[in-house]
Amino acid sequence: MIAHADTIPPARHPLIAWILRWILTTNHKEIGTLYLCFSFLMFIAGGAMAMVFRLELAQPGLQYLGADFYNQMVTLHGLIMVFGAVMPAFVGLANWMIPLMIGAPDMALPRLNNFSFWILPFAFFMLLSSLFMQGGAPNFGWTLYAPLSTTYGPPSTDYLIFGVHLMGISSILGAINIIVTIFNLRAPGMTLMKMPLFVWTWLITAFLLIMVMPVLAGAVTMMLTDRHFGTSFFSAAGGGDPVMFQHVFWFFGHPEVYIMILPGFGIASQIIPTFARKKLFGYNSMVYATASIAFLSFIVWGHHMFTTGMPLVAELFFMYMTMLIAVPTGVKVFNWVATMWRGAMTFETPMLFAVGFVVMFTIGGFSGLMLAIVPADFQYHDTFFVVAHLHYVLYPGAIFAMMGAIYYWLPKWCGNMYNERLGKIHFWTAVFGLNLTFFPMHFAGLGGMPRRIVDYALPFADLNLVSSIGAGILGLTQFLFLYIVVDAVRGGSGKATGQVWDSAEGLEWTLPSPAPLHTFHKPPQVD
Amino acid sequence: MTDRQTDRQARLRRHTTLLAVAAVGMFGFAFALVPLYNIFCEITGLNGKTSGEAAPMAVSAPASQTAQDAVEREVTIQFLSQVSRGMPWEFRPTESRMRVRLGEVAETQYYARNFANKLFTGQAVPSVTPGYAARYLHKVECFCFTQQHLEASEEIDMPVYFYVGEDLPSDIGTLTLSYTMYPVSSAARETSGAAEQTTETMPMDHSEHSVP
Ligand code: HEM
Ligand SMILES: [Cu+2]
Repeated sequence: MIAHADTIPPARHPLIAWILRWILTTNHKEIGTLYLCFSFLMFIAGGAMAMVFRLELAQPGLQYLGADFYNQMVTLHGLIMVFGAVMPAFVGLANWMIPLMIGAPDMALPRLNNFSFWILPFAFFMLLSSLFMQGGAPNFGWTLYAPLSTTYGPPSTDYLIFGVHLMGISSILGAINIIVTIFNLRAPGMTLMKMPLFVWTWLITAFLLIMVMPVLAGAVTMMLTDRHFGTSFFSAAGGGDPVMFQHVFWFFGHPEVYIMILPGFGIASQIIPTFARKKLFGYNSMVYATASIAFLSFIVWGHHMFTTGMPLVAELFFMYMTMLIAVPTGVKVFNWVATMWRGAMTFETPMLFAVGFVVMFTIGGFSGLMLAIVPADFQYHDTFFVVAHLHYVLYPGAIFAMMGAIYYWLPKWCGNMYNERLGKIHFWTAVFGLNLTFFPMHFAGLGGMPRRIVDYALPFADLNLVSSIGAGILGLTQFLFLYIVVDAVRGGSGKATGQVWDSAEGLEWTLPSPAPLHTFHKPPQVD
Repeated sequence: MTDRQTDRQARLRRHTTLLAVAAVGMFGFAFALVPLYNIFCEITGLNGKTSGEAAPMAVSAPASQTAQDAVEREVTIQFLSQVSRGMPWEFRPTESRMRVRLGEVAETQYYARNFANKLFTGQAVPSVTPGYAARYLHKVECFCFTQQHLEASEEIDMPVYFYVGEDLPSDIGTLTLSYTMYPVSSAARETSGAAEQTTETMPMDHSEHSVP
C-alpha cells in the first residue's frame, strides 16, 4: 500500500511497473491485500447472484427466471461465497496478520504465497465463464451431488471441476505456508501457548485444509472420470453408488464449514479482550476447544445424510457426535461472555461486530442442534430451515468476524482511522438486514418450504417478501462498507497511532501505523 | 548464511515436504474411501445392495425348536421397478407383493418389453429396503445376474427365485425389493460382444431436468 521505489526496476512505464509489482510481489502484506480485494470482488459477485434469486423469490410464481437459471444462480452463489469470498478473505487476513502477530519478517514461503494467490483469479474466471456456455452454468447446488453432476450435469461442469482443482491447490499451498510459518518463524520467546488466538485458530484451520481439500479434489476427479472415462464410482448402473458421493463430499464438507468459522473464532478472541479491557478468559480452554472442534468435525459428516437411509446405529452415532460439538463450541461462547463480564466495555465498530458475532452465531448453533436431532431432521432436511441455519452461522459468523477484523486492523494497515459513525451505521443496518433476510427463513422451513426450488406455495409469500426486502438492504450495506474502507484508506477521520486501540495487546501494535512494508527484520523479544 | 539460518532452512524444507506428502496422501485417501465404503456396506448392508451372485439353495430341516419358530414366521415382500430415464422399455413386477415363509424358496416374475424398433440391451440393478435386510434376501436365480437383450417390440417374463434367511431379525416385517433397469453403458458394451452394433448409451439430455 506504500509505494516502495527500491522494489521497482527502473526505466519502465510507471503503470507497467505498478502492475508488475502487484503481480510479482512476494510481500506478505501486499499478498494479503490482494487476497482481501479479490475476496471482496467475489463477495459482490456472489451477492449479486443472491439479489437475482431473491428478486425472483419475492413473489410466488415465475417472474424473471426459469427454473434452470435459478438453479445456476443458487449453485454459483454457494460456490463463490464459500471458495471465493470467505476462504480467500481469511487467507488474506492470515497473510497480513500472522507474521505481524508472531514477529516474523514475512511468510516462510513467499514465492509459493504469490503463486497460491494468482491461481485464484484463473479458477474463478473458469467457474464464472460457465455462465456463458452452451447448456448454462452448473445447476446442481454447491454440494455437487451425483448423479445430477455426473449423468445430468451440463457440459460446463468440467470447467467447474477444473476450477475446484485450482482452488484446492491454492488453499492447500496457502495452508502449508501458514503452518510452516507458524512452526518456524516465531520470534524468540513466542511459545505456542503464547500465540494470539487468531494464530492458533488459523494453525488448526490450516491442518483441516490439508486434510480435506485433497478429498474434495478426489471427489471431483471421480466425477470427471464418471463423466468422461467410463468409470462408475457414483453410477448404480455400473456397480457404483451415488450415495457414496455424499459420503465423500461431506467428509470434506463438514470440516469445510469449520474452516470457514475457526478463523472467525480467533478474530472474536482478539477483539473482545481489547474492548472489554480484560485478558481473554480461559486462553488454554480456548485452544483445546478449537482443537477438539477440529477433531470432532471429522466424525459428524453423516448429519447431512440422515435421510439417505442409514442404519439406525449410524444415525445415532452421528447425532451424538454432532451434539458433542456443541460442548466445545459452548465453552468458547462461555469464555467470550466471561471476558466481557464486568469488563470496562466500549462499543467501537469492531466490538459491535464481535458481539454481534457471538450473539447471532449462537442462534445458528441452536438451529444446528435442532437439525442434529435425527427425527426432527427428517422434517427439516432440504427445507429453508437448513438455509436459515447455515446463513446464521456463516453471515454473522464468518462475514461479521471478517468485517470486525477489517475495522479492527484497518488503521494498522492504512494508517488512518475509519469513520466511526459510519461504521456504527454499517453495523446496525447489517444486523437489521441480516435478521430480516434470514430469520423468516426459519419459519418458512418449519412450514415445509423446500430449498433450491424456484417457486413456492402461496402461504410462504409474506415470509419470502420480507426475506427479499432484507436481502436488498443487506446488499446495499456492502457498498456502505466499501465506502468506509476506501474513505479510511484515503485519509478517513485522521491518522491512527501505532497503538490504535488503547488496550490492545500483541506485537502488531508495537509497530507504527501504517505498518511499514518490511517489519520485524530483527525479531522482537517476547517475554 | 549462519549455521542457525541453514538449520532453519533445512527445517523449513522438511516441514514443507511433510505437509505436501500429507496432502497427496489425503488425495489418495479419497480414492481409498471407495473400496472402504464398499467393504463397509457389504459387511453392514448399509446401501441395500444384494449379492451379485446366486445363493445356494436353503438348507431346511430345522435343528432346534427356536429355528422351528423362525420357519413359521412369514414376511411380506414388496416388488418395485424403475426404468432409467429415457430408456424405451416397459418394466414392471407381475405381482406387487407376496407373503413368504422364512427359508422357503419363492418365485415371482418381472415383465419387460422393448418399445424401440431395434435390439436394446438392459441390465437390472437390485436394491433392498431396509438396507440392512439386504443380506437376508438370497436370490437363487435372478434376471439381474445377466444382461437382457430384447429385440424390437420383444416382451418377456423374467423369473426371480429367492428365499429370505431364517435369521432375519424379528423387527423386520416387510422387505422391499426394487429393480432399476439401466441401458447398458458404452463401458459395459466393450465386454459384451453380442450387443456391439445395436445398443446405445442414452444420449444425455440437459434441457429439461430442473431441480436438484
Ligand atoms: C453447534 C454446531 C452445529 C451443529 C449441531 C450443526 C448441525 C447441522 C446439521 C445437522 C446440518 C444438516 C441439515 C440438513 O441438511 O438436514 C447442518 C447443515 C449445515 N451447516 Fe451446520 N451445524 C453446526 C454448526 C455449523 C457451523 C459453525 C457452520 C459453518 C460455519 C455450519 C454450516 C452448515 C452448512 C453450510 C450446512 C448446509 C449444508 C448444505 O448445503 O446442505 N454449521 N448443520
Ligand atoms: Cu455439518
